Amino acid sequence: MKSYDYLEDMAIADIAFLARGKDLPETFAAASDALTNVMVEDLDTIRPLEIRAISLQNDDLEMLLFDFLQELIYYKDTDGLALRVPAIEVKRFGAEHHLDAVARGERIDPERHHTRADVKAVTLHHFSLQKTDRGWQARVILDI
Amino acid sequence: MGIPPQLQKQTDTLWELPPTFKQGMRVPARIYGTEKLIRELDAAVFEQISNVATLPGIVKYALCMPDGHSGYGFPIGGVAAMDPDEGVISPGGIGFDINCGMRLVVTNLVLDDVKPTLKTLVDRLYDRVPAGVGSRGLLKVTRSEFRKVIEQGARWCVEHGYGWSEDLEMTESGGAMEGADPSVVSERAIDRGIEQIGTLGSGNHYLEIQTVLAENILDTDKARLLGISRPGQIVVMFHCGSRGFGHQVATDYLQTFLRVMGKKYGIEIPDRELACAPFRSPEGQNYFAAMKCAVNMSFANRQVILHRIREVFSEVLDRPAEELGMHMVYDVAHNTARLEHHEVDGRNRLLVVHRKGATRAFGPGMEELPQRYRDLGQPVIIGGSMETGSYLLLGTKDGAQSFFSTAHGSGRTMSRTRARHLWRGQSLQKEMEQRGIYVRSASWKGLAEEAGDAYKDIDDVVKATALAGISLPVVRFVPLGNVKG
Repeated sequence: MKSYDYLEDMAIADIAFLARGKDLPETFAAASDALTNVMVEDLDTIRPLEIRAISLQNDDLEMLLFDFLQELIYYKDTDGLALRVPAIEVKRFGAEHHLDAVARGERIDPERHHTRADVKAVTLHHFSLQKTDRGWQARVILDI
Repeated sequence: MGIPPQLQKQTDTLWELPPTFKQGMRVPARIYGTEKLIRELDAAVFEQISNVATLPGIVKYALCMPDGHSGYGFPIGGVAAMDPDEGVISPGGIGFDINCGMRLVVTNLVLDDVKPTLKTLVDRLYDRVPAGVGSRGLLKVTRSEFRKVIEQGARWCVEHGYGWSEDLEMTESGGAMEGADPSVVSERAIDRGIEQIGTLGSGNHYLEIQTVLAENILDTDKARLLGISRPGQIVVMFHCGSRGFGHQVATDYLQTFLRVMGKKYGIEIPDRELACAPFRSPEGQNYFAAMKCAVNMSFANRQVILHRIREVFSEVLDRPAEELGMHMVYDVAHNTARLEHHEVDGRNRLLVVHRKGATRAFGPGMEELPQRYRDLGQPVIIGGSMETGSYLLLGTKDGAQSFFSTAHGSGRTMSRTRARHLWRGQSLQKEMEQRGIYVRSASWKGLAEEAGDAYKDIDDVVKATALAGISLPVVRFVPLGNVKG
């Protein structure tokens, strides 16, 4: 099941999405796919040729998601990578939330990947990460 | 929610929300636009522009230009002038794409000169000005050189052979804002920007070969002074910004401001994207100096792109760019904060003017204008959608009412997600080609999202700025060839 949806009327010039999961790792993974899917049309065309380890901590869980998505934008600009993040761990140590993940992907190649729009930034406009009856839901607006 | 009942009509093109509209508003919020444009506004604009009016130190009004649409924090088209001693600086009033802006270059060619080679020109421009997701520039610099680029902006480029010295005079702030300090910029920002000098980006960024029809020269004398001397003349216009570098600077300081705003400075705001700090605080000053680095990166980016355009025209038409008369008309930013002097209630005051999706439009006689335009007013470049057309305008004396600011583009009326369901990139490209517009895009979906009907009518927007007296149109251009990210 696709675990994210783009919202038509949430952001006029940009792209908004809702990502869902039964737990935090699944929700974070869904949000990362939603972000990468804005840049690359078919996520299945991204081969797991390169690996980037992501390790983050934040005392605000919402901001941990914000930081995590920023990492993907960072590797897009620095190494030209489109990444997917199937394995994520989110744990709490006292007041801090820790995230450890391994992102896999490859260099964006317009010959092989149908590209769409460059993501400039994750905005905090209406940004939220909330517990729901079925797990978690993230709402994100990306600056395009 | 539609138009709020509290919205008061001031004139045919100016509308006001009084401070009673929302708790915390320090000044009225004013929106420029004809009744049609106001009716087309998405409701969030009223919410956002009234939020801007709550920011500490805001002077006179929170303003929204006629091409306004909702953004985050400020609406796109938002203008706010703050008192530097009592007020704040807010990255949300500038945008993630710091110094996103427009540059216009003329040629002495006419339509018939380029018709046979139009496709070749567009194809080569597409190759030489990398566009789209993950694209890298052809210019390679070391980290220490990049620090010089962000300090010296377009000046660095011209000194290294990427341009003519006259280009600097025709660029806002001479192509480099003074006071840029690379030491307050994160390494991550440099990582993201170092390979992107000379790249277009994606989204609504474009590079366009355009021409001017006889009936679209609206003021012959002024057009001539701006370098537009005859119908059919070919010009090149492009729109891009500071790329990943600027995006990271904005992201870094948005987080810094969120940490200190409430705890250290006791500022409460209605939207996290309006995060801010006192202009005179260490954080405020650091952001201002970092923002200037991004402004300079963007001037450098557009300078290198101009150099590539001259190279391509020169190669394809087999004549030096000088012989093709490829002079710059102007380069103007539409996402910045600048310290400027403005007259407020009869008093000359120094203000921090935030413009987010709004173009500075200085009137005739103002000091910062290059000698060539001192009597004329500042050239203003307003880009339309890729299907419709664009305008060259001039700033006016009446612009004082809007802190000498005007519109920056058409302004979207439809979300990208909706637009991509309505149009297909391939068929849009074919239809445009039948209408004489040749488009190369890195992305079919991206192309569909930029369809002309996803935007407001550029003619309506420009007319509204003219009726309001904040800028006057001189020439309208139509697209011939377009490179899209």
